[in-house]
Amino acid sequence: MENTTEKRRQELVKYFDPKGPFALLRVSQMKRAWQQPNRRELSFWENTYFPMLFSGIMLTSKHFFYNVTFHILHLFGLAKGIKGAVTYQYPEMPRPLSSRLRTRHRLTKREDGSPRCVACMMCETVCPARCIEITAAEHPDPNIEKYPAEFILDLGKCVYCGFCVEVCPEDAIRMDTKILNIAEYSRQSMIYNKKRLMDE
Amino acid sequence: MNDILIKFILSAGTLFIMFNIAGLLTWVERKQSAVMQDRIGANRASIFGFKAMGLFHALADVLKMLSKEEFIPAGANKFLFNLAPYLSVTFALVGFAAIPIGGELILNGHSIQLQAANLNIALIFIFAMMSMGVYGVVLAGFSSNNNYAFLGGMRGAAQMIAYEITMGAAIMGVIMVFNTLDLQALDVAQGAYMFGGWVPKWGVFVQPLAFFLFLTAATAETKRTPFDLPEGESEIIGYFVEYSGMKFGMFFLADLVETVLVAALMTTLFFGGWQVPYLHPNGFDFPWGGHIAMANLPVVILGVLSFFTKVAFFIWVLMAVRWTLPRFRYDQLMNLGWKILLPVSLINIAITAIVITLLR
Repeated sequence: MENTTEKRRQELVKYFDPKGPFALLRVSQMKRAWQQPNRRELSFWENTYFPMLFSGIMLTSKHFFYNVTFHILHLFGLAKGIKGAVTYQYPEMPRPLSSRLRTRHRLTKREDGSPRCVACMMCETVCPARCIEITAAEHPDPNIEKYPAEFILDLGKCVYCGFCVEVCPEDAIRMDTKILNIAEYSRQSMIYNKKRLMDE
Repeated sequence: MNDILIKFILSAGTLFIMFNIAGLLTWVERKQSAVMQDRIGANRASIFGFKAMGLFHALADVLKMLSKEEFIPAGANKFLFNLAPYLSVTFALVGFAAIPIGGELILNGHSIQLQAANLNIALIFIFAMMSMGVYGVVLAGFSSNNNYAFLGGMRGAAQMIAYEITMGAAIMGVIMVFNTLDLQALDVAQGAYMFGGWVPKWGVFVQPLAFFLFLTAATAETKRTPFDLPEGESEIIGYFVEYSGMKFGMFFLADLVETVLVAALMTTLFFGGWQVPYLHPNGFDFPWGGHIAMANLPVVILGVLSFFTKVAFFIWVLMAVRWTLPRFRYDQLMNLGWKILLPVSLINIAITAIVITLLR
């Protein structure tokens, strides 16, 4: 091990020695790098910093005056449609969400308010994070075989892959609540039961 | 007695105005950078629901600074450590004494120059005070017993000395053209006109090269980006790394006060100070013929307004530069200072001398 490190070091010393056998190679490498189409010597005018300095200040000033104009117009209630900043003032003004965005789950209901879920266990099986736990029970209606006596979803484990939604044959679980701010004080309260998934 | 009272009011007024502008600059800096970068900027601090576009953030900052713990590191030289921020702020503020904020006001037959200290060597006085400012930086860096602070102090000393020379050499041209060191007399002299009365004889029109040299050197003198190597937030925190509470706040304030001082100096030296184009002591006198007679008081008020408008413009320019350009590398900084700016300023002096001799 020691020997290898020492060997490698000697190689490097040889490589970087300006009078060593690799000096010419390094010079040619540097020359090749220098000949890249986007690499060139700066002209005298460019070396004075002035062109880039002015174009940079032009760019920021353009943004400044454009935005200031619209901020002032907004003060007088004009041109509300054009924004002077790209900021979303988050808690008061949430960002628009895509309709396809996967957000917190909910269980859909039948007309009588009972869950649409038939406890087929497809979502529990497909879930890569294993965060769903269904307790099945026999449904009193002979047309429906089973119903979930309890439906536990641990959002602390969920990875929001959306497989449960994709796999559900009854359209019983959806991720379209647009709820993003799931923050709790304990892991225990991250675990949602059937009631919370259906009501909240 | 009357004279002393007038001087007292003038100096208190100047100090009050400049201090407030510098305090306001914390807000200006945050807002301007925000607007430049398509953001909104600080807007949350409120008093009874009034937000006033985030203006209260300046107040909140000061309160925060005052209520923080003041920490002195073990092994630091306590006396120098405590002295450094005061030196920084004091020498930055004293410079304003010699800057004329207005012309000659005649009140009850008294002639009052709107300038806190009517020195005949005002320019040298200001430069002396700006040079003394380097002691704040150096002492802060050396007394903190911290390697990074030491590095920052070294860089600050080297940089400020390098650019001080260019700054001095750049204004030599202006002094030679107007033949005075008295800033009030300099401003009065800039009220003359060139090219058949169309172009005012401002410093920037007679010494354009000196203006750019001075702008660069003065930006370096304020120790703000692109010349903020003594601070270098991302590598060494700089000469004030060990400071906390209001002592850090004083370094911060000294930075902003220096920005105002530099803006005021540029206005005074190169943009006619309190001069308004075509405004003479007895009213407007346009080169295309036409005269509006005015009393002394409105003329002086217009002059003061013009001075502060120009100062505000230069503060805007300095802020725009600070939020646009990235930092220089240290060798680039020294190259620019010693190999480009200094020779160019010397050439500028030589050319000015030749032209003045030929025109005589």
